[in-house]
Amino acid sequence: MKRRAWWVRDLIFFALFIGGLIAAWWLLEWAAAWWPSMRYYNRIIVMIGINITLAVSLNIINGHAGQFSLGHAGFMAIGAYTAAYITVYYFGPYVDKMPDGSGKVVWQNILLIVAVMGGALTSAIAGYLVGLPSLRLRGDYLAIVTLGFGEIINVLILNIDAIGAARGLTGIPPWSNFFWVFFFAGLTILISHRLVQSSVGRAFLAIREDSIAAESMGVDTTRYKVKAFIIGSCLAGVAGALYAHYTPAYLNPTTFTFIRSFEIVVMVVLGGLGSISGSIVTAVLLTFLPEGLRVIKDLIPAGAPEILKRDPRMVIYSLLLIVLMRTRPQGFFGRKELWEFLPKRKDTVRKEARDEGDDKLDRDAGPPVT
Amino acid sequence: MTNGSLLEAQGVTIRFGGLTAVSNFNLNIQPHELVGLIGPNGAGKTTIFNMLTGVYKPTEGEIRIGGTPTRELKPYQITSLGVARTFQNIRLFKELSVLDNVKIGGHIHYKYAGTAAVLHTNRFRDAEDEAEEQAYRLLELFGLARRAQDSAKNLPYGDQRRLEIARALAARPKLLLLDEPAAGLNTGETLQLMAKIHEIRDRFDLAILLIEHNMELVMGICERISVLNFGKTIAEGTPEVIRANQDVIEAYLGEPVEVAEL
Repeated sequence: MKRRAWWVRDLIFFALFIGGLIAAWWLLEWAAAWWPSMRYYNRIIVMIGINITLAVSLNIINGHAGQFSLGHAGFMAIGAYTAAYITVYYFGPYVDKMPDGSGKVVWQNILLIVAVMGGALTSAIAGYLVGLPSLRLRGDYLAIVTLGFGEIINVLILNIDAIGAARGLTGIPPWSNFFWVFFFAGLTILISHRLVQSSVGRAFLAIREDSIAAESMGVDTTRYKVKAFIIGSCLAGVAGALYAHYTPAYLNPTTFTFIRSFEIVVMVVLGGLGSISGSIVTAVLLTFLPEGLRVIKDLIPAGAPEILKRDPRMVIYSLLLIVLMRTRPQGFFGRKELWEFLPKRKDTVRKEARDEGDDKLDRDAGPPVT
Repeated sequence: MTNGSLLEAQGVTIRFGGLTAVSNFNLNIQPHELVGLIGPNGAGKTTIFNMLTGVYKPTEGEIRIGGTPTRELKPYQITSLGVARTFQNIRLFKELSVLDNVKIGGHIHYKYAGTAAVLHTNRFRDAEDEAEEQAYRLLELFGLARRAQDSAKNLPYGDQRRLEIARALAARPKLLLLDEPAAGLNTGETLQLMAKIHEIRDRFDLAILLIEHNMELVMGICERISVLNFGKTIAEGTPEVIRANQDVIEAYLGEPVEVAEL
C-alpha cells in the first residue's frame, strides 16, 4: 500500500483550520463594530477558548492518565506570569519604540508567540519538578500534593514584587486575540486526540485502568505519568500566557486560586473523565452558563421578596452541577467521545476480521444466525 | 554461570515481616520448556511469580533471566528481557477495547516519539499498522478478532482469560508466566486451553511456566513440575515422578489422578 507524503492531508486541514479561524475572527470583529454589546460576547468566546485549552489539557492528566491533579490553576499562573513578565519588561517596550505599520503588528504577534512559548516551557518544567516526586503517590494523596502546589504558587506570586505581588501585574501589552486563543485550543485538542490514539496515549490509558498490569506489559509507569503531567501543565501554561495578554491584560493573583483549579476539574469530570469532546462541551457550557444566567435576574418581578432580588445565578449554577452529577456521575459522555455515540461506520470494523476455525464453522453451520 | 537457561532462580527467599512466604526456592527453565508450579492455596506460587516479574524483591537469593540478574530491575524492564505474565485475578484494561489491550501488550515493540504521534509521520503510521496487524493475528489465534472493538469488560469470562494470554504474547516473550489460566473454566474450555497452550508454545517457541490447580491440565501438558508447600519446594520432576511422590500426595493431591487425553 502506497501512502501519500504524510503531511499532505494534514497540511490541507491545517490551512482550512487557519482559514476558518480568520473568517470567524473577522466575523466577530465585524459584528462587534456594528453591535457594541458583541464586545461582551467576544470576551466570553475567548474565555471559552482558554477554558477549552485548560480542560482538554487537564483531561490528559486526570482523564487519560488517571492521575488526579488539583493544581491546574497553578500551572496556568506560571505560564501567565512568565509570559507577562517577558512582555512587560522586554518585548513590550521594544515593540512600543517601533514605528507604526504592518511591521509592528508582525513583530507583536511573533513576540507574543515567543512569550507564550516561554510561559509554556516554564510551566512544563514546573510540571516535571512537581510530577517527579509526587507521582509516586496515588489518588487522594496526589490530589493533596497538587493542591498544595497551587497554593505555593499563589503565595509566591503574592510575594514577588517584580510581578506586582498583591497589586497584580499591570501594563501587559494586550496582544492576545481570538485567533491565537483558538489556534492553541485547536492545537491542544489535536495533540490530546492524536496522543491518545498512539502508543503514548495507550500507555496513559493502561496506567489509568490498571497500573500493575501496565507495568508488567513493559510500560514505565512513572515515566509516562510524568510525561502526562508535563504535557498537561505545558498546555495550561499556554492558556495562562494567552489569558494574560487578553484585554484588559491585567493579572490578578486571586484569579489563580484553587477555586480556578476546581472549575477546570469540574469541566473535566462533568464532561466525562477521559473524553476530549466531553471536556470541550463542558468548557463551553460552564463558561457560558454563569454569564447566560444573568438574564434570570432581570426576570424576577419587582415585587418579589428581597432575597430573590439578589443575583441567584451562582446558586442555580451550583444546583445544576449537583443535579448533573446525581443523574450522570460518569459525566456527559463517560469515557467515550461524542462521535462514538453515532452509529458505527462500517469501514471502522475490519472486514477480514475472522477467527481461526471460522471456515469450518461456515461450512458446518446452516444460514448465518444474526 | 550461564548455561543457556532462560530462567534461573537460586535460593530465592522472601519474608514479609516475620512470615517467610517462600524459602530457598530453586528453579531452572530451559528454552521451549513447559513447567508447572503447583501447591495448595497459600503455598507461595503467586509470590514466586511476583518475584520473577519484579513486583517483589526477594529477601535473599538471585533470579537471572537469560543470564541477567533482575534484582535491580523494575517490572517493566524485566518485560523487556522477554518475560510476560497473566494474572490470577484477571487484570485486563477493562474500559479499553480488546484490540487496544493487545496493542498495549506490545508496548515495548512500538516506540516512537510523542511528536511523531502528533504529526502522524510515516514512522508512526508504520509502527501503528504493524501493531494492529500483530494484534489482529493474536486475536485471530484466540478466536477474539470479531470482538476486537468491544470493551474488554464485556467479554465472557473465558474470553477474558484468553485475551490476557493474547495480551501477554503481544510482548513477544521468551518466557510466559501463566497464573491459573484455567481458573473458572469448564472442562471443555480447559481442554481447549491445554491444546492452545501447547500450540502457542510451539508456534512462538516459548518456555511456559504455569501455576494451576487443575491437575488434569498440569499433568497433561507439563514436562516438569515443581511442587510447593508452605513456601518450600517439596518435589520436582516429571508428572510421573510427582504423581508417585508420597510427600506430594499427602500435601496436596490426596489421590492419584487420571491423565487427560490430549
